[in-house]
Amino acid sequence: MAEPTDLTRLTLAEARDGLAKKEFSATELTQAHIDRVAASDALNAYVVKTPEKALDMAGESDAKIAAGEAGPLEGIPLGVKDLFCTKGVQTTACSEILGDFTPPYESTVTANLWRDGAVMLGKLNNDEFAMGSSNETSRFGPVNNPYRGPQGENLVPGGSSGGSSAAVAARLGIAATATDTGGSIRQPAAFTGTVGLKPTYGRCSRWGIVAFASSLDQAGPVTHTVRDAAIMLKSMASFDPKDTTSVERDVPDYEAALTGDIKGLRVGIPAEYRVDNMPAEIEALWQQGIDWLKAAGAEIVDVSLPHTKYALPAYYIIAPAEASSNLARYDGVRYGARQQGADIDDMYAQTRAAGFGDEVKRRVLIGTYALSAGYYDAYYVKALQVRRLIAEDFTKAYEKCDVLLTPTTPSAAFAVGKNIEDPLEMYLNDVFTVTVNLAGLPGISVPAGLDANGLPLGLQLIGKAFGEEELLRVGDVLEHAAGFTSRPDEWWSA
Amino acid sequence: MSVDENMVRRIANLARIGVDDAELPGLAKELSAILGFVEQLSEVDTEAVQPLTSAVATTMRLRVDEVTDGGYPQDVLANAPDKDDDYFAVPKVVE
Repeated sequence: MAEPTDLTRLTLAEARDGLAKKEFSATELTQAHIDRVAASDALNAYVVKTPEKALDMAGESDAKIAAGEAGPLEGIPLGVKDLFCTKGVQTTACSEILGDFTPPYESTVTANLWRDGAVMLGKLNNDEFAMGSSNETSRFGPVNNPYRGPQGENLVPGGSSGGSSAAVAARLGIAATATDTGGSIRQPAAFTGTVGLKPTYGRCSRWGIVAFASSLDQAGPVTHTVRDAAIMLKSMASFDPKDTTSVERDVPDYEAALTGDIKGLRVGIPAEYRVDNMPAEIEALWQQGIDWLKAAGAEIVDVSLPHTKYALPAYYIIAPAEASSNLARYDGVRYGARQQGADIDDMYAQTRAAGFGDEVKRRVLIGTYALSAGYYDAYYVKALQVRRLIAEDFTKAYEKCDVLLTPTTPSAAFAVGKNIEDPLEMYLNDVFTVTVNLAGLPGISVPAGLDANGLPLGLQLIGKAFGEEELLRVGDVLEHAAGFTSRPDEWWSA
Repeated sequence: MSVDENMVRRIANLARIGVDDAELPGLAKELSAILGFVEQLSEVDTEAVQPLTSAVATTMRLRVDEVTDGGYPQDVLANAPDKDDDYFAVPKVVE
């Protein structure tokens, strides 16, 4: 496989416009991606491939385009994170415990995408139950970042949405769905030179998405461009009575918000994000981002988010506590892989011992401890109190500014195997992203530059609740100022 | 706060995760490290701070109390590891 050929080089907006002008068919566009996916197993981005389904869907799209009934995503081939239930297509959250679970229903977010004409290429790898920052905890093995290290070593694509970020960066799908509980869309996007958008909590329905930490989980897209993220979000977002935390609010035309005009916009720079040992090139990129937005007419404002350093500790109580409760359903009775036991209690214990990986077990155990009698107030209630202080930090900051600009991650992508033995080191990946989940706000990572080894780095913008239009408008300006054009060398092709 | 092997055994039992004795020391060390990290929260004065349970202020919606779904036991049982007629089957729980 040489350079990616034409149809896999398109952005979503370009593909949509080309289909509308009948420059190529949905079947041709889909076949080009199917071929490329088939030749890219070395990345391990897809855990289930659905080429026949994709061609059927593309055929239907071609018929709709011919009949003048095209939807907003008609004929656009996408990858779907394995956390989204897809009717008749295996969905395991990349965990052994789900066995060969094949949902008899469709998640609301993916149903919205198919309603709008999108085509499914298959299911994308992720960390088991979305617990990880490197996509190394998947039952299907690690995903390799399309970008390799200076010695040709394999790098992680970030996590938990590592299959989504690797697939979009390697052009194995025009866009991908993903989910973000502590940074799982934005950190992988930063590691792969892609755009990752986590919407406001409640914007996209959680119905049919395998639950990790329900008060933090939110679906969003990984895409080539900010415009593509705007197009994807318009289809993914909806009010859904089946999700009690879904917010009843109209879905705006996000693409129309991309006016390129941010004159007078106030951009907050939080002092507490200048963490110890931050690499000089991340610091420099952040300053560069400030300069770009200032040049575009924005006003830069210094702000303070004083409880930032307590966000990760609070998260590592709240998320495991919710996970321990959510994952109680995996008991070998209703679905998944059952192990035999001496009696029913032993059956539960053996099923869960064999079915959960090490990281999932650690988090379920921490969560069980934090919720257990005698520790509940000291850990769980304390963490929820700190969560309020973190959310209030943002409320106060937004009295002085409209959006916040920060780095997305404290480093570029690291080598496969480097951090997997040290959970705490791994957790620090989310230091700049996790606050956003705790406060329920929208955040976007935009590819903004390269480090000394030619690896992508991202800048993060954080918006007000339901401020996605403003967030995308600034993201679009930042993206154009950065002019990120890097592509990975195609070492993985079969 | 650190956890010892007995505490790991206790919470593993609460979580219904089978753990071999050989795994206990490693788990105790890992969980203690995570709890040590979380310990920073005690520095924060949270006196009179209400716990935040929902990031977006909403009241729970109520719907009309009527049956809106169901009637397809085959779908519900389609992924069951063991079943008998329209029931999930489990190891015997009563003698």
